[in-house]
Amino acid sequence: MRKKSRKPAVLTWIIVAVIYAAVFAAEQLLPPSSMLFTVLKKGATYALVAVSMNLLNGFTGIFSLGQAGFMMIGAYVYAIFTIPAESRPVVYQYYDGGLIQFSLPVVVALVLAGLAAAFFAFLIGLPVLRLKSDYLAIATLGFAEIMRVLIQWNNMGPLTNGSNMLRLYPSFNDFNIRNANGEVTVYLSTLVPFLIAGVCIGLIVLLLNSGYGRALKSIRDDEIAAEAMGINLAHHKRLSFCISSFFAGVGGAMLAMYQTTVQAKFFTTAMTYEILLIVVIGGVGSVTGSVLSSFLFVAASEWWLRFLDEKQIIGSLEVPLLRNGFRLVVFSIIIMVVVLFFRKGIMGTRELPDLFREKRKEAVK
Amino acid sequence: MKRIAMIVLALILALSCAAMAVAEDLPVVKIGVFEPASGDSGAGGKQETLGIQYANRVAPTVKIGDTEYKVELVTADNGSSADKAPSAAQKLVSENVSIVLGSYGSGVSIAGSEYFKNANIPAIGLTCTNPQVTAGNSHYFRVCFLDPFQGTVLANYAFKELGAKTAYCLGEAGNDYDQGLIKFFQEAFEGLGGVTYKDDFQTNNSDFTSFLSNAQMFGADLIFCPVSIAYSTQIISQAASQGITVPVLGGDTLDSNVVAAAAKGTSIDLIVTTFYQEGANAEFDNGFKAWLAEDAEAMTNNGGNDMIAGVTCMGYDGYFAALAALQAAGSTDGAAVMAALPAVEIDGVSGHIAFDATGDAIRTSAFVKKANNETGDWEFVAEQTVE
Amino acid sequence: MWDTVFPYLLSGISVGGQYALIAIGYTMVYGILRLINFAHGDVFMAAGIIMVYIAASGIPLWISVPLVLIITAAVGFVIERVAYKPLRSAPRMSAMISAIGVSYTLQNLVLYITGGLNKQYPTIPVISDSVRIGPATTKVVTIVTPVLVILLVVALVLLISKTKIGMAMRAVSKDFETAQLMGIKINSVISTTFVIGSFLAGVGSVLYFTNYPTVIQTSGAMPGLKAFVAAVFGGIGSIPGAVVGAFIIGIMENLIKGLDVILFKAGLVSKPLGLAIFSDAFTFALLIIILVVKPTGLFGEKTTDKV
Repeated sequence: MRKKSRKPAVLTWIIVAVIYAAVFAAEQLLPPSSMLFTVLKKGATYALVAVSMNLLNGFTGIFSLGQAGFMMIGAYVYAIFTIPAESRPVVYQYYDGGLIQFSLPVVVALVLAGLAAAFFAFLIGLPVLRLKSDYLAIATLGFAEIMRVLIQWNNMGPLTNGSNMLRLYPSFNDFNIRNANGEVTVYLSTLVPFLIAGVCIGLIVLLLNSGYGRALKSIRDDEIAAEAMGINLAHHKRLSFCISSFFAGVGGAMLAMYQTTVQAKFFTTAMTYEILLIVVIGGVGSVTGSVLSSFLFVAASEWWLRFLDEKQIIGSLEVPLLRNGFRLVVFSIIIMVVVLFFRKGIMGTRELPDLFREKRKEAVK
Repeated sequence: MKRIAMIVLALILALSCAAMAVAEDLPVVKIGVFEPASGDSGAGGKQETLGIQYANRVAPTVKIGDTEYKVELVTADNGSSADKAPSAAQKLVSENVSIVLGSYGSGVSIAGSEYFKNANIPAIGLTCTNPQVTAGNSHYFRVCFLDPFQGTVLANYAFKELGAKTAYCLGEAGNDYDQGLIKFFQEAFEGLGGVTYKDDFQTNNSDFTSFLSNAQMFGADLIFCPVSIAYSTQIISQAASQGITVPVLGGDTLDSNVVAAAAKGTSIDLIVTTFYQEGANAEFDNGFKAWLAEDAEAMTNNGGNDMIAGVTCMGYDGYFAALAALQAAGSTDGAAVMAALPAVEIDGVSGHIAFDATGDAIRTSAFVKKANNETGDWEFVAEQTVE
Repeated sequence: MWDTVFPYLLSGISVGGQYALIAIGYTMVYGILRLINFAHGDVFMAAGIIMVYIAASGIPLWISVPLVLIITAAVGFVIERVAYKPLRSAPRMSAMISAIGVSYTLQNLVLYITGGLNKQYPTIPVISDSVRIGPATTKVVTIVTPVLVILLVVALVLLISKTKIGMAMRAVSKDFETAQLMGIKINSVISTTFVIGSFLAGVGSVLYFTNYPTVIQTSGAMPGLKAFVAAVFGGIGSIPGAVVGAFIIGIMENLIKGLDVILFKAGLVSKPLGLAIFSDAFTFALLIIILVVKPTGLFGEKTTDKV
C-alpha cells in the first residue's frame, strides 16, 4: 500500500472542530438578535440540501430538479409529527384538530422526514430514472409540482392542513436550554442545525469515499463504460436518487425548523433553481464547494447585499439605482458571470483536504 | 478572489452608511414596519405603509418618560410571501426595533410572529384579520376586526340585503387570509340557509375564465373572492368580459382604489367590507391628501390618485397605538412595551381602539362600500354591526 | 351536457393556442441545440412587460405592437449570443444551467423595474371586446387566437420546407457537425431559430395578456413550463406536434378546472371535490406518463418537419 500523508485529514478535522467551537462560543457571547445567526442557521440548512443535490447532479450525473419537492415532503412529515397534541386544535382549526393526535420526538421525526422523502423518490424513480438527462430534469420538476398540489388539496386537510400553514412545532430556538424562569442559560439554536447538517454531510462524504461512491462517479464519467465494468446502472442510480432525497427531506425538515411555519406554497421551482445555482457557484462535484457557497449565498442575500435594496445616501449624494429588487439583479449578474466564465465555481471538484495537499506540493518545490 | 474583494467592499460601504445614519440630535426610538412592498399584496402593503409614514410626519417625535425621542421607521419588505417573511422579521429584530407594525396579509404576519416573540418585541397587526395571528400569542395585538366577524357581516349582507341564495367562493390556495375568511363566510352563509361552492386557484394563476364559468354553471347569484388585490383586479375584469352580472363581494383587501378602478366601466357590482370610509374624518383626509399632493412617490404608492384606502387609515391608527404604548411603558424596551400594550386605549380615525384579553381590538361594526362603475370611486353603503 | 362543457372548451382552445405559440420556440431550439431553453417562458413575460412600458410612453398601438415583436425577437437573439453561444462546446448540463440562470436574471430584472407589482396590460381594441358564442360570452381574442396560430404555423412550415434558411435548419437539426462541414453557418441558423421562437412568443404574449391582462415577473413561468410540456407531449422537435400538444393541454387544463361542475351536473358526485386545484398538476402527470410510455411524444418519429 502506498503511504499517504495523514496531515491533510488531520488539518481538516482541526478546521471543522474550530468552526464548531467558534459557532458555540459566538452564540453564547453575541446578542441572539444578530443577523449572523440567521445566516448560520439558514446556511447550514442550505448546505445540507445543496450537498444532497450535488450528490445527484455532481457525483452521479443525474440532472434532477425535484429537490424542492423532496424538501417539502420532509418539512411536512417533520411538522405533522412534531406539533404538540395541545396545539393541534389551533393549527388544524378548519379540520377539527386533524387526523394525527400524537407527536414524536424531534430526532425520530427528522429520520422519518428523510425516509418519507426517500420513499417517494423510490416510487417516482422507478419510471423516471430511465429517462435521459433533460427529460429527467423536467419529469422530476413535474413530480415536485404534483406533490405540492396534492398536499394543498382540501380533502387532504385532516393530514396536511390543506393549503394552510403548519406551525407551533419545535423550531431551532426550542433547542436553547432554559432555566426555571424561562431564561436561556445555554444557547444551542445555531449549534444544533450545524450538528444535524454536519452529521448528514459527513455520512454523504463517507458514502462518496466508499466503493459505492466510486461507482457513482464512474456512472457520471461514462455510463457505458461503467456498465461494462459490471456496475448495475439502474440499482446505483436509484440508490443515489433515494439517498439524495433522504437528505433533501432532512434538509426540508431543517428549513421548517428555521422558518417556524410550513406551507406547500414555499416549495416552488424557484427554490430548486436557487439550490442548483448554489451548487454551481460552489463547484459541481465538490462537497466543500457546496457548503461554502451555501453560506456565501445566504449571507449575501440575507445580510451583506441587503443595503442594495434601500436608498443609500453617501454625503449629500444619493446612490443611483438602489431600490427594492436591485440586490437580486446584482445577484443574477454574479451568477451569470460564474456560469459563463468561472464554470468550475469556487472549488471545482476539489475538497478541503485537497487544498492542503496542493500547498504541501508547492512547498516541496 | 475578485468576488471576495467585492463582498468586502460592499461590506465597508454598508458599514460606513450605517455609521453616518447615527449622527442625530435626539435619541431615537425605532418602530418596525413589517409590510409587503412587492408581490401579490405589494400594492396593499404600500398603502398601509403610507398611513404609517403619514402618521410619522404628523407626529415625528414622542415623549417617553421625560425624554423626547425621534421616531424612526425601519421598513422590511416581506414580499407578500410567508417564506420571505422570516428574514424580513429577522432584519427588524436585528435593528432593535421597540415595536412592530404589520403586516398586510395574515399569512406573513403568522410567519413573522415567532421571530418577534423570541426577541420579546410586541407587534400590532393593522389589517391582518385571521384569528390565528393573535390566538395563543401574548406578543401580537391588532387594531382591526377579525374574520369570523367580517365573514358574518358579509354573509348577512349577501343573504339579507342582496338576496343571494347561492354563493361561489374563490380563494388562493395557501393564503391564510383567503382561506380563513371564506371558511367563516361559508359557515355564516350556510347557517342562514344559503348554499356555497368553493374553488381554490394556485398562486400566480392568471386564467380565471374557467373558474368564472364554474360560478355560472353552479347558478351562483354571488361571487365571493376575498383575494389579494393582484388577483381581484383580474377576476373582476375577466368576469366583466365573460358577461357575468352577479355581484362580486370581497373583504377588506379589496378596498383599494386599484380594485375600484378595475370595476370602472364594467357592469359588475363590487361590494366590500372595510375599516374606514373616506369623509368620516375630514382632518385626516385633507392632511393625507395634501401630503400625497406634494410627494410624488407617495402618490405613486397610493396607486396614482388620492383616494384613501381603509388600510391606510389603519396604518395611521396603528402608529398612534404604538406611540401610546411606548408612552405608557415609559421605556423603549420591547418587553416593557409589550406589558403596557393591553391597557392602551386610543381614539383613532377608524374609531375607538381598545384591546380584549386575546389582544384583539374590540370592534362591533364594519363599513360596507360599493364601487361606482362610472367614476371608479368607492361609495358608502351601510355600517353593519353584528350582535 | 354540451352547454356545460362548451365554455371550458372555449377557454381551453384560446389558452391552448397561446401555449402553442410559446411551445414552437421550445421545440425549435430543442430540435437544433438539444437544449431546454428554460428562459423562453420569461422571454414571453418580458414581451408583456415591454408592451406595458411602450404603451405607457404614449406610442400609438399600431406602432407599439410591431415594435414589441421586434424587441422581443432581439431579446431572444441577445440571450442566445450572450448566454448559450459561449457554452456550445461545454457539456449539455452547463447550457441548461445557463438557461436557468437567464430565467432567474430576467425575472429579477423585471422585479426591479416594476418594483414587484402587477402591471396592467394595455387594452387592444377589437380583440378585447366581448362577444357571445352559443351559451358563452368571451373576448374576441379567444376566436382570433386559433386562427392566427394556424396561419403562423402554416407560414412557418412553408418557411422551413421551401426556403434556403429552412433547409439549413433541417440540416443542422439532423446532424450538427456534418451540417457545419457542409458549409452551413451554424451560428446564423441558431440565431434565426431564436429570433423566430422569440417573435412567436411575442405574438403569444400579446394574445395571452389581452385575455388575462396582468403582467408580473412570474407570469411567464407557468405558461412556459406548460408550453414545454406541450412540446414534449407532441414530440419535441416537431412543430405540428407542439401545436397539437398545446391545444390538448390547454383544453384538458380547463376541463379539469370545470370537472367538479361537469361531474356534479352529470349526477356522478353529490358534492364538489375541489378538483380544480389539480389543473396544473394534471399537465405534469401527463408529462410523466407520456415520457414513460412514449418518450418520443405523439409525433416524435416523424422527422420530416423536425427543426
